[in-house]
Amino acid sequence: MTRITVTVDGVAHEEEVEPRLLLVHLLRDRLGKIGTPVGCDTSNCGACTIMMDGRSVKSCSVLAVQADGSELLTVEGLADGPTWHPMQRAFHEEHALQCGYCTPGMIMAALDLLKDDPDPSDEAIRHGLEGNLCRCTGYSNIVKAVRRGARAMSDQEVTT
Amino acid sequence: MTEELDAGIVARQIAESGELGEPARNRHEVGAARRRKEDARLVTGRTRWTDNIQLPGMLYVAFLRSPMAHARVTRVDASPALHRPGVVAAFTGRDLAGEQGSLPCAWPVTEDIVVPAHPPMAVDEVRYAGEAVACVVATDRYRAYDALESIEIDYEPLPAVVDMNAALEDDAPRVHEEGNRAYVWKFGTGDIDAAFRDAPVVVERTFVQQRLIPTAMEPRAVVAQTDGDSFTLHSSTQVPHILRIMLATVTGIPEHKLRVIAPDVGGGFGSKLQVTAEEVLLLLLARRLGKPVKWTESRSEGNLTVHHGRDQIQRLSLAAEADGRLRGLRVDLLADMGAYLMLITPGIPILGAFMFNGIYKMDAYDFTCTGVFTTKMPTDAYRGAGRPEATFAIERLMDELAAELGLDPIEVRRRNWITRDEFPYTTVANMTYDSGDYEAATRKALALFGYDKLRAEQSERRDRRDPVQLGIGVSTYTEMCGLAPSRVLGSLSYGAGGWEYAAVRMLPTGKVEAVTGVSPHGQGHETAWSQIVADALGVPFEDVAVVHGDTAIAHKGMDTYGSRSLAVGGVALVRACDKVREKARHVAAHMLEASAEDIEFSEGTFRVRGTEAGTTIQEIALAVFGAHDLPDGVEASLDSDATFDPDDFSFPHGTHLCAVEVDTETGATSIRSYVAVDDIGKVINPLIVEGQVHGGIAQGIAQALFEEAVYDSEGNLLTTTMADYLLPSAADLPDFVTARTETPATGNPLGVKGVGEAGTIASTPAVVNAVVDALRPYGVRDVPMPCTPERVWRAIQGGAS
Repeated sequence: MTRITVTVDGVAHEEEVEPRLLLVHLLRDRLGKIGTPVGCDTSNCGACTIMMDGRSVKSCSVLAVQADGSELLTVEGLADGPTWHPMQRAFHEEHALQCGYCTPGMIMAALDLLKDDPDPSDEAIRHGLEGNLCRCTGYSNIVKAVRRGARAMSDQEVTT
Repeated sequence: MTEELDAGIVARQIAESGELGEPARNRHEVGAARRRKEDARLVTGRTRWTDNIQLPGMLYVAFLRSPMAHARVTRVDASPALHRPGVVAAFTGRDLAGEQGSLPCAWPVTEDIVVPAHPPMAVDEVRYAGEAVACVVATDRYRAYDALESIEIDYEPLPAVVDMNAALEDDAPRVHEEGNRAYVWKFGTGDIDAAFRDAPVVVERTFVQQRLIPTAMEPRAVVAQTDGDSFTLHSSTQVPHILRIMLATVTGIPEHKLRVIAPDVGGGFGSKLQVTAEEVLLLLLARRLGKPVKWTESRSEGNLTVHHGRDQIQRLSLAAEADGRLRGLRVDLLADMGAYLMLITPGIPILGAFMFNGIYKMDAYDFTCTGVFTTKMPTDAYRGAGRPEATFAIERLMDELAAELGLDPIEVRRRNWITRDEFPYTTVANMTYDSGDYEAATRKALALFGYDKLRAEQSERRDRRDPVQLGIGVSTYTEMCGLAPSRVLGSLSYGAGGWEYAAVRMLPTGKVEAVTGVSPHGQGHETAWSQIVADALGVPFEDVAVVHGDTAIAHKGMDTYGSRSLAVGGVALVRACDKVREKARHVAAHMLEASAEDIEFSEGTFRVRGTEAGTTIQEIALAVFGAHDLPDGVEASLDSDATFDPDDFSFPHGTHLCAVEVDTETGATSIRSYVAVDDIGKVINPLIVEGQVHGGIAQGIAQALFEEAVYDSEGNLLTTTMADYLLPSAADLPDFVTARTETPATGNPLGVKGVGEAGTIASTPAVVNAVVDALRPYGVRDVPMPCTPERVWRAIQGGAS
């Protein structure tokens, strides 16, 4: 067992973990952060994407011990109280989700994409989200949502 | 009005507190692009997936699965697993043999069909790779999986049966003692021999519908628990109601002691329309151990053991006149059942039997389907279920016929399709299409697509021998959905009815709970159903809650599949609302001191005809709650329910056009544009409809270009991960241009048809037709699906030689 500390959505945790424990299972089974789902076991689908120290990771492909000392952000930590993050709102407005299973990972991957390219083209969005699979939407509305979210985020930056 | 209410102090307090709802005036919800109510929990990570459930004392289950396609289990001993840390129990198929029963097949399509016993856990013989042979129950999921390696098991290999043609040979190794032919189902109308006799044109083709893995994003999960008297099962299922009755039958747990809950379900596409081994086994484990148990599949486990879709060999002959008019169609199918017949396995290809004629008129039709056992995962419903296969066949044949005659593929269709003034039209397959306008949908699609311009570019590229060729694919589809009229299901030997149920509960504050028997798993029924209720009762959209997916709350229903929810379940909801209004009208008459015949209803208010005097539906709900002053003989409830059984299927249709660029040097394909014009009758929520169309097209394209479940000659599944089974990503798909025409369905008061499967049914042939069209100058007449670069390249080489 290894003792690790992680901050998840602003809350510090200290946990004894087996070295083989996957980060996503630490989040889901131990810390109750069930907003991040698991969709595959080969890091193809991206449903489990979260931010680790500001960059996206697929939490099924990170060991909990690798996250020791890290700051983690999941979909549950995006909203400011009842006010959704602009990207959450954009996914809602553009009907960019149906069953919603890929949505937490899709939103986190989109936010990571915008860090490198705050005003991405449709093509850049499609390529940027290549590692996140959706089976319901056919992606068109996801592309629209990411564009809308990007605009809203840059407007927000201007006004604040 | 409220001060006149004589309904007691609680009612008065409700009225005075401002909690009493008010009618929604001047609002029409049906047809509005309402954003979804479901999204709040989905975008914030508060979704209720089955795997999220953690109960005190919960145990975790892992299954040991057969690594062989076909083998006798000569020895199995699970007891060594019991010594591993955290292990509470371990069982083999033999341990459970006395109580596990047989997984049900509810659609024995013929009298003499072979329905083999299907033990949830294999006892003496395994018949596909991935079949469960033992299980471990432990205190956490890691420990359960760890202990699987301690189970001792010996197999005596038996020959795998993977090829359908070989399986039907006399000396083929047998999957089951009864042989590999599960059934032969025939259907025909008209004089087929006459249609083919001296036919000026006969097009003969064999198409292969490759095996697909449905791949809902949420892997299956099951939680079972018991309080010692009754049982509750949470499952990631599309069919909680069907599951409850079938599980009761298999396990012997009385139906009233079994509650089934489908919480939020992350997609299904038919794959969660099933009674699975794991659902049965988890109930048995909860019964044996008295503890809550959970199982969540890994994706690899899912690829092996979630039922697969499609998998047909289609031998087709189409007879036509020299001008392209169709005379007759012969269809001879081999349908791969896999190793067992699951819930509706044998019926899937039969659902296609009535659709091979598509939107076309012809004189005769002959259909034969042979269900074949192989040592593979059983097949069953996958988005479209039988109808995509049929539509692919006829739409590919129409393009082949056009090529044979040197006609434009649109023109050959136009010469054969049912014209708008011929509806209702009874087809050669004895289906009566109620409404449609194929000309209008096609005209619109051609305009949006820029058909003539693209044809000109195609010809220009052909002329200059551009290594990147352009192909144009056409698909003018229809489908039968809204499953289904119970009497028709009965005539096809289906095991249940096709009705649907809804209830409306009027709460004291005038808010509404709509209970539905359908079971959404991503579609957005909570939103669309709220829109229907809002208009029917004149209440605000926000004042409606939709409840579903729990047999204790929504006790009755036939669940969600076959694009049935709106066309059947939505109509049941309208009927229930009608009954609420009728009850309320009598109370209104009493409150307004008028006769019920003189009461009119509009936008949530009941008025005495010709006067301004009125009372709102919310005020009536409150008055009924108080019940201090109800007319004699009137029950203190507005709550109502309804069961609707459609008279017929619904027949959405449309025209899909696809332009594909094919690099003839590498075989790479790229979709340049895609236009879909769908006619699904009246629309409740255009946003949701468009989403369904997008997702459907994506799955159809995926069959055309990307996906295939591959078994090797020994019956090993080679595509067990998402790295091997290629789902399209955002980078692989184009934007879709979508539009609609609208010919209302005549069989239901909403005028609606289904939309859940239309995109998938339409798009596969549109894409493959485009690929083949690009390559016609190279002598190519077909490219097997999925049209991967290698297959396209080989087709070019083969065609050229």
